[in-house]
Amino acid sequence: MTLESTLRERRDAGRKLLVPYVTGGLEGWGDAVAAMAGAGADAVEVGIPFSDPVMDGPTIQEASERALAGGTTPETVLSGIDGLDAGIPVVVMTYYNPVFRFGHERFADRLRTVGVSGAIVPDLPLEELAPWAIAADDAGVETVLLAAPTAPDERLSAICDRSRGFVYGVALLGVTGEREHLASTTRKIAQRLKAVTDRPVLVGVGISTPDQAAEACEVADGVVIGSAVVRRMLDSGGPEAPAEFVAEVRARMNENR
Amino acid sequence: MGEPAEGGRFGEFGGRYIPETLVPACEELEKAFREAWGDLDFRSELEGLLRDYAGRPSPLTDCTHISEDLGLRLLLKREDLNHTGSHKINNVVGQALLARRMGKTRLVAETGAGQHGVATATAAALFGMECCVYMGEVDMERQELNVFRMRLLGAEVRGVSSGSRTLKDAINDALRDWVATVENTHYCDGSVVGPHPYPWMVREFQRIVGQEAFQQCHDLLGDVPDVVTACVGGGSNAAGIFSGFVDTRAELVGVEPEGGAALGRGVPGVVHGSKSFLLQDEFGQVLEAESISAGLDYPGVGPEHAHLAGTGRARYEQVGDEEVLEAFSLLSRTEGIIPALEPAHALAWVSRAREELAGKSVLLNLSGRGDKDVDQVMNRLG
Repeated sequence: MTLESTLRERRDAGRKLLVPYVTGGLEGWGDAVAAMAGAGADAVEVGIPFSDPVMDGPTIQEASERALAGGTTPETVLSGIDGLDAGIPVVVMTYYNPVFRFGHERFADRLRTVGVSGAIVPDLPLEELAPWAIAADDAGVETVLLAAPTAPDERLSAICDRSRGFVYGVALLGVTGEREHLASTTRKIAQRLKAVTDRPVLVGVGISTPDQAAEACEVADGVVIGSAVVRRMLDSGGPEAPAEFVAEVRARMNENR
Repeated sequence: MGEPAEGGRFGEFGGRYIPETLVPACEELEKAFREAWGDLDFRSELEGLLRDYAGRPSPLTDCTHISEDLGLRLLLKREDLNHTGSHKINNVVGQALLARRMGKTRLVAETGAGQHGVATATAAALFGMECCVYMGEVDMERQELNVFRMRLLGAEVRGVSSGSRTLKDAINDALRDWVATVENTHYCDGSVVGPHPYPWMVREFQRIVGQEAFQQCHDLLGDVPDVVTACVGGGSNAAGIFSGFVDTRAELVGVEPEGGAALGRGVPGVVHGSKSFLLQDEFGQVLEAESISAGLDYPGVGPEHAHLAGTGRARYEQVGDEEVLEAFSLLSRTEGIIPALEPAHALAWVSRAREELAGKSVLLNLSGRGDKDVDQVMNRLG
């Protein structure tokens, strides 16, 4: 099940795409993945926690610290994914150093072996991408690239060309975390990306509520929601709260169809 | 120590490993720095500020007493006598001028010992810019005076409570701030670390230290010193002084704290935007450094130092906290110069290696003054 073919098929059928994120290694994260799949997610992003997550705000920082303190390693997360049968594509999100340390080929092969479809490495921009992307391509792992509001048009095009699975539009200037309102940059980056690519365009960072998700989807093909999901994991310690939230977002996104 | 290769590479090290949001800002900065560095008006304005505001050139002190004790000839490059008390001002004045040239109105910085934070707050005051300094809570406690200084200078100091609550985490938060504020803010990186062009640019702004020292040694010795040494955390003061001697016969020795010896004990890795040596566990998680000196309490090191170590042009030694405290006292007692704990690391190595160095001339970059550390050392020594 490739990430891009799954997302394209669903998008082309008129569905808005919902990709929740959970930090791997948090208590109950595997159950949460399965529950969110059942609640209407189209793919799920699993974080492999890193000690210095510069793209993440307080919620995911806390989740990462908690997971690491509990002994989480890249391998414990990947083994966990291996045992899941989510029925939707799984994408891992981590920072570059754990990948570099694991070894590009070894990491890509391991992702394929455990059934991971894609990877997001937010501190690996286009210029530094090659060693990882070649290994990932060879293993059939789709590397999703981020596209930020600060990029000029030609850079957005280059990113869309090289991205696999979908294009991850960064919805605002800032790190991950819940925001009261949808940033005005969200609609703008989605428009700019939709103008230059046929790949599914999902926006993420700062999308926190069902209403915000629905609003973003007036332009974008879908949304990635991280901190709002992870906060519910941190607060409740179980899979129910994030799954209920995903169901709410799903329902609200469907209303606008 | 010339311009890095394509993409900001020093051999295999360096590069630009940062969130996509910051890539255009780093490209813009690289372009602006390249233009400014070739612009005589910019250079002359910087020179004027370093002379009339920062107090350059800093003197070279021929230390007769300690030299006799150690059986060598110790020369100190007195960066401790600069305005704000360390070499940090050289870089900060350069970056603030550049920020103004790029139309940025706000500076964001991280600080460990507080020296870079104080220097940045100073430059912000001088240029009428807004300034926000991130500092680990552990460091805020051990460098309380510098926190007050920064606030006095009009900067906002934000405590960092994540991770080890020291320099590494302060850099994380400064980068997070910059991701959100990049349109009006310049990230004023304090060392030769970070994404391209920072390691190159900061070294160029610190090059003045090596240039002056080269001339001063020539005037005093009629030659280059046998050995040039400096402490290394991120490595900006070492990069500055090494750059003046890298093409000479002088031996270059960087000195790391045992608890933060990225080159001595680390392996290649990527953090804070560049590939270098890094203290990390087998899974690639960055480890916490542990040093008596907040300014060297950093698990990484500048990529050019990794390259210099790899080619063998420089070597890197390690010293422990106890030796550092002895060196701190030794210089105070024999020469009447209280060094910062950071350069006391380099002196600790000189003292330990005195037999190897017997009869040689040793140039040591005294990168900062010890006023900020007196309280901490007093508590430690009782």
